[in-house]
Amino acid sequence: MKELLGKYPASKEYLLDILHEVQNAEPRHYLTRDALCAVAHHVNVPLSEVVSTATFYSMYSLAPRGRHIVRICESPPCQLVGADTLVDLLCAELGVAVGQTTEDGAFTLETTSCLGVCGVAPAMMIDEELYGNLTKEKILGALADVRRRDAAS
Amino acid sequence: MPRARGHVLIAVNDEALLAGARDVAAALAERLADAGLAEEFRVIETGDVGIAGRGVVLVIYPDGVRYGRVAVADVAEIVSEHLLKGRPVERLRLGPAPTRPTGLVRRQARIVLENCGRIDPESLDEAIASGAYEAIAKLLETQAQPADVVAEVKRSGLRGRGGAGFPTGLKWSFTGPGDVKYIVCNADEGEPGTFKDRLILEGDPHRLLEGMMIAGYAVGASKGYVYVRGEYGLSIRRLQQAIDAARGAGLLGEHVLESPFAFDVEIKQGAGAYVCGEETSLIESIEGKRGYPRIKPPYPGAVGLWGRPTVVNNVETLANVPPIVLRGAAWFRGFGTEGSPGTKVYTILGHVRNPGLIEVEMGTPLRTILEEYGGGVRDGKRFKAALLGGAAGAIVGEAGLDVPMDFDGPKEFAAVLGSGAILVLDEDASIVELLHSILRFFRHESCGQCAPCRGGTAALVEISERIRSGSGTPSDLERLVSVAAAMQGASLCPLGQSPILPIRTALGVFREEFSARIASPSAAVR
Repeated sequence: MKELLGKYPASKEYLLDILHEVQNAEPRHYLTRDALCAVAHHVNVPLSEVVSTATFYSMYSLAPRGRHIVRICESPPCQLVGADTLVDLLCAELGVAVGQTTEDGAFTLETTSCLGVCGVAPAMMIDEELYGNLTKEKILGALADVRRRDAAS
Repeated sequence: MPRARGHVLIAVNDEALLAGARDVAAALAERLADAGLAEEFRVIETGDVGIAGRGVVLVIYPDGVRYGRVAVADVAEIVSEHLLKGRPVERLRLGPAPTRPTGLVRRQARIVLENCGRIDPESLDEAIASGAYEAIAKLLETQAQPADVVAEVKRSGLRGRGGAGFPTGLKWSFTGPGDVKYIVCNADEGEPGTFKDRLILEGDPHRLLEGMMIAGYAVGASKGYVYVRGEYGLSIRRLQQAIDAARGAGLLGEHVLESPFAFDVEIKQGAGAYVCGEETSLIESIEGKRGYPRIKPPYPGAVGLWGRPTVVNNVETLANVPPIVLRGAAWFRGFGTEGSPGTKVYTILGHVRNPGLIEVEMGTPLRTILEEYGGGVRDGKRFKAALLGGAAGAIVGEAGLDVPMDFDGPKEFAAVLGSGAILVLDEDASIVELLHSILRFFRHESCGQCAPCRGGTAALVEISERIRSGSGTPSDLERLVSVAAAMQGASLCPLGQSPILPIRTALGVFREEFSARIASPSAAVR
């Protein structure tokens, strides 16, 4: 943590960048209370201000999430080509509602606004990886791949 | 290095990467080496070639043959048949554009995208060979007066490509006095269906950097920020790489090209908030705060980032600046219309045969864009409507097809032209569902700072839900309009002022469809 914070000048200007990096370093993809305190200390602002900023942006989470985050696009271009049914499919397959984490802690299901890859709509991301032209088979295949990779490591 | 006899361009944007572009590029290098062609054909990884939804796309030069959905297994055939024997692999060819004398890419008037898909965006040398940094070099060499640069941009008639089309030169001239000023590039491209700025960032990042440098020179700023959406990982990496390369070459820093002019650029990444596309929210976000919009005036030109005079321009706007400076305002006015000179970059999507990125002259009607570039409505279906400009956009029907698209067209068009998203709907699509999806988007993205927007966006979804589920009443249609109109008058920023446009245009053209849903609940799908 110290090393990570040391890369940034002690200025609020870098708050968003720092929060991104701190969250990425946490295996459960969230901002722990300890992390928020350390960040507040580093940029020299009250904890309340750091929390205020962190809770505004949808990419930050203050609660633990799954090891993998599934983000399916719910913008009009994706909805037009059937994203709605795919959200239902994901909910059923993972056994969670949007915003929830699977019992085994593997996946958190989230919706996202436009990912900017509308040429291959409907689209989703699992962690940093993009998946386009989604179909039922593709989604199930992608989830299976991630599970397999997890089991292997 | 021996001169290459030909080039193989491979598009490496997010879409192509997810289709396996890296593996194809590796296989290509290997096969070329095996065939002894490694010296003769150069493989260039490029940003985007204006084709979306076709997987891994290759363009072979000098013959200009374009291949789509290329898999690793196809590479051997392309190398041995086409590159070695000169016989294009017909089954992979993208048609019909290359076989027509008036091909897809060739008919576009390219200013902003002139290097996208032609150069390796990760190579500063290639960018420079294609004219990058010539314009700023000219200004520094001739010690041009900053006021003359502003005047030239004013004369060019360039208008902002982010949304409303405010004249860029005029905006620059409003920048207040001071020792410290900032140039902020708005790359928080959040309008659903829009990804033009992403492809400019990924295809020709040096163009953007040069545009920012010129803006800095013109208004007296020495620091620039590019605020990029947090979701745009590849854009951020490419731009950072370009910034590092430019710094290394003395193009950014204390002495740009060994002159007294100082300019440097830093990337700021967003974290998922649509409202940050609004310029004052974006400034708040750079300062490390919640992205709440500020009350205007004062405008950023007077009181912007950290209270300093700040110019906020969109990616596409800034990308237009270097050619204007280099070739002159009169040249730029040779494109487009009197009131809206130049070109416009669009993303055309939805139910079209060839979804993708295009650049055409301002004033080109939607019908031309749809039929000649988009290849028409897919699956032989009929055109029903288009959503122009994303969620904060206008829904047009058949009657909108022949209206010239520029800032002086109908007001509906002017407001939404900037983002450049064209979402095409075929005859089977439901406008009721489209509007519902748009309203849900606004509810999700309302930042919650001001009550009219916070409450209004929720109320709109509630009313729309009633209508689509078949339990609405005729007065609900008026209620949508009156709530949105109240929001337009009372909201702090453009987000709350936006829902009226899709609502009014949807009801204007497709009122009967809404009425039918109300009259007959069984018409409700899903």
